[in-house]
Amino acid sequence: MQTVDLSSSFFAVFDLPVSFDVDLGVLSARYREAQRAVHPDKFAHAPEAERRLSVQMAARINEAYQVLKDPLSRGRYLLELQGVALDDADTAFDAAFLMEQMELRERLADVKNSTDPVRQLHIIADDIAVHGELLITQLASLLAEASAESLQQARDVTRKLQFFRRLNEEVETLEDELGDY
Amino acid sequence: MALLQISEPGQAAAPHQHKLAAGIDLGTTNSLVATVRSGKVETLPDAQGRHLLPSVVRYREMGAPQVGAIAKQSAISDPRNTISSVKRYVGRGLADICKGCSCSEYEFVDSDSSVPRIRTVAGDISPVEVSAEILKNLKQRAEETLGGELTGVVITVPAYFDDAQRQSTKDAAQLAGLQVLRLLNEPTAAAVAYGLDKGSEGVHVVYDLGGGTFDISILRLNRGVFEVMSTAGNTALGGDDFDRIIAQWLIQQAGLDPSALSAGQMRAILLEACRAKEALSDTEAVNVFLSDDAVADSSVWRGELTRTRLNELIDPLIKKTLSSCRRALRDAGIDVDEIEDVVMVGGSTRSPRVRELVGDFFHCEPMVDIDPDKVVAAGAAIQADILVGNKPDDEMLLLDVIPLSLGIETMGGLVEKIISRNTTIPSAKAQDFTTFKDGQTALAVHVVQGERELVSDCRSLARFELRGIPPMVAGSARIRVTFQVDADGLLSVTAREQISGVESTVQVKPSFGLTDGEIETMLRESMSHAKEDIVARMLREQQVEADRILESVASAITADAALLTDVERTQIDIALAELRKMRDGDDPQKIKSAIEALNAASTDFAARRMDASIQSAMTGHKVDEF
Repeated sequence: MQTVDLSSSFFAVFDLPVSFDVDLGVLSARYREAQRAVHPDKFAHAPEAERRLSVQMAARINEAYQVLKDPLSRGRYLLELQGVALDDADTAFDAAFLMEQMELRERLADVKNSTDPVRQLHIIADDIAVHGELLITQLASLLAEASAESLQQARDVTRKLQFFRRLNEEVETLEDELGDY
Repeated sequence: MALLQISEPGQAAAPHQHKLAAGIDLGTTNSLVATVRSGKVETLPDAQGRHLLPSVVRYREMGAPQVGAIAKQSAISDPRNTISSVKRYVGRGLADICKGCSCSEYEFVDSDSSVPRIRTVAGDISPVEVSAEILKNLKQRAEETLGGELTGVVITVPAYFDDAQRQSTKDAAQLAGLQVLRLLNEPTAAAVAYGLDKGSEGVHVVYDLGGGTFDISILRLNRGVFEVMSTAGNTALGGDDFDRIIAQWLIQQAGLDPSALSAGQMRAILLEACRAKEALSDTEAVNVFLSDDAVADSSVWRGELTRTRLNELIDPLIKKTLSSCRRALRDAGIDVDEIEDVVMVGGSTRSPRVRELVGDFFHCEPMVDIDPDKVVAAGAAIQADILVGNKPDDEMLLLDVIPLSLGIETMGGLVEKIISRNTTIPSAKAQDFTTFKDGQTALAVHVVQGERELVSDCRSLARFELRGIPPMVAGSARIRVTFQVDADGLLSVTAREQISGVESTVQVKPSFGLTDGEIETMLRESMSHAKEDIVARMLREQQVEADRILESVASAITADAALLTDVERTQIDIALAELRKMRDGDDPQKIKSAIEALNAASTDFAARRMDASIQSAMTGHKVDEF
């Protein structure tokens, strides 16, 4: 008898190969089918033990989908599966990256003083998005190569992506502050 | 022994037997109950033919409280005992309620309990009890109309309700003797009612501005699956606030001193404001006047309110809703141009100005085909009909999200988010924490909800302690805190020290919710009023649960006996026989134990069946894909 082992990888949940290269259309279609099979709404009139089980399984499927659909969390997860830890304290970034971060932060800090803050903010957001795309392309090829060296590089790229993600959050906070319509 | 009837897998024991289920929209100003009859969804009227039940309860010295239109009539003559818009207070602490500037309307008393109470002639009443009165009224209406007891209900809540507000709503249902199948978010219910599953794939927006709450939800529809992408809103913004701002204008225009107005006069001015607002939906100007009720020196003030002036007054409030819309779009990661349509829900979307500004914002004409007052109850009824098992083959599936992030307090009063807002539910997530001091043997876990970084800016949900951690060097303990949010959006938290295995679990009982003890006391009191026997009720509940599990296990065995070993099969058979014997007895406790035994014997089997069903769902899809 073949069963999906829910304690194994998130990729196995959707019967997908372990790879950074995920067809998002296939992923979301399989996600919906999996939820159709176990979602608590399908067990609303079932005994309590089954209802509990269905909550746990549906939660696991949601988590798997959440992690796999986003390139950054998918990349992190792949590194984790291969035993590459991300939360090491060393922050040896190349100088170019640090300059870039500093510049973006300065521009962000200046937004409020600009003549059209909302427009300025959108320009910065677009720049961040471009940087992010570039890093994701790099991440994809490094993870595909999967040598010990490329995995270390993938780790650095992932950490850079996290910096951009955080910048993006700051953009959103600023947007909220500026934009009380 | 009589032969047992066995049904098709996944179906109820008697597929022909239609179970009674209802959807309830428990609104700030009005409430409704709806059901599906002969395949059609309808809201149920009272004996006088009125569908809307004003969410107003009047407490009296003698006799049961009055609910609905009859209570509303006393709003001016008996303002302190006539409670309206109670939804604004549910799941809230006294400080929050006073922030809403409405505490002058009622006399709130700070009790020993964390839940504030309103002082009335019938005693001090909690908002949950007031809600329960409204629910009881609707339950009775539904049961009389349908001619039988309701098997279960779906109750709608604003999508932006936090954990405390949801839990309190569920508590109110329990007090009213209702079996809650699901708490459903109002905008999602509206989407279901609009039948958006009927071929209109794509991204849809539901803009829901009710009497006291505002929600915006963005949903993607795909082959019968409603996937909520994001939600935002404000649980203290609605048509009531329009009334209040108009009332302030009236007071100013009439040259009255707001601090000198009595509760009754204030109510009268609010009613006049509401009347003017509604009239201005159809005309450009309306005469307004404050009669003797409102003006102490019995003079009458007359004036005129134009639509232009009204728009000036309410625009700031509408713009607040639009900033929520912007945030929801951003969280969903979509552009305005990707939206198929905007569905308008809630009485306040009758306002032409609201329609105009929302249409401008989303670049499309808002949809107003279904009565905005009834659409939420209708959607809840459709979902209730499915959940109760009347439509086993229905393809519809709702995937909703939590509106606000959940986290715990860490050193320095900072919040560590564990589940972020707009995460699809059910959801479970674990995070590891460690001790701060050498030899620390206990850990205080403070659960909060909200988006801000400081604990003091978030809503405190619950506190509990994990004790008995073996003394270790600071930082070496591994405490895993697991958050689980169920399909109702309700949270439970587990903390476990990984090395020693010490564990502590809480079903989060919100800081501003009633305790289990308080609910039980209220339940007992209400039973003694109704002369209902509590033991009889417990027996009936256990029998229902027993039938449920007997039916479910029997049909599971028919479908998938191959998944069982001989030993497991024997154990299940023994537990089944035992439960069947107990079920016909009269001891609820014995039935309960027998249920637990059968659950224990069949849980592995149930898990295996679910695994197999996912597996076959995946296989089925591969055929589709290629």
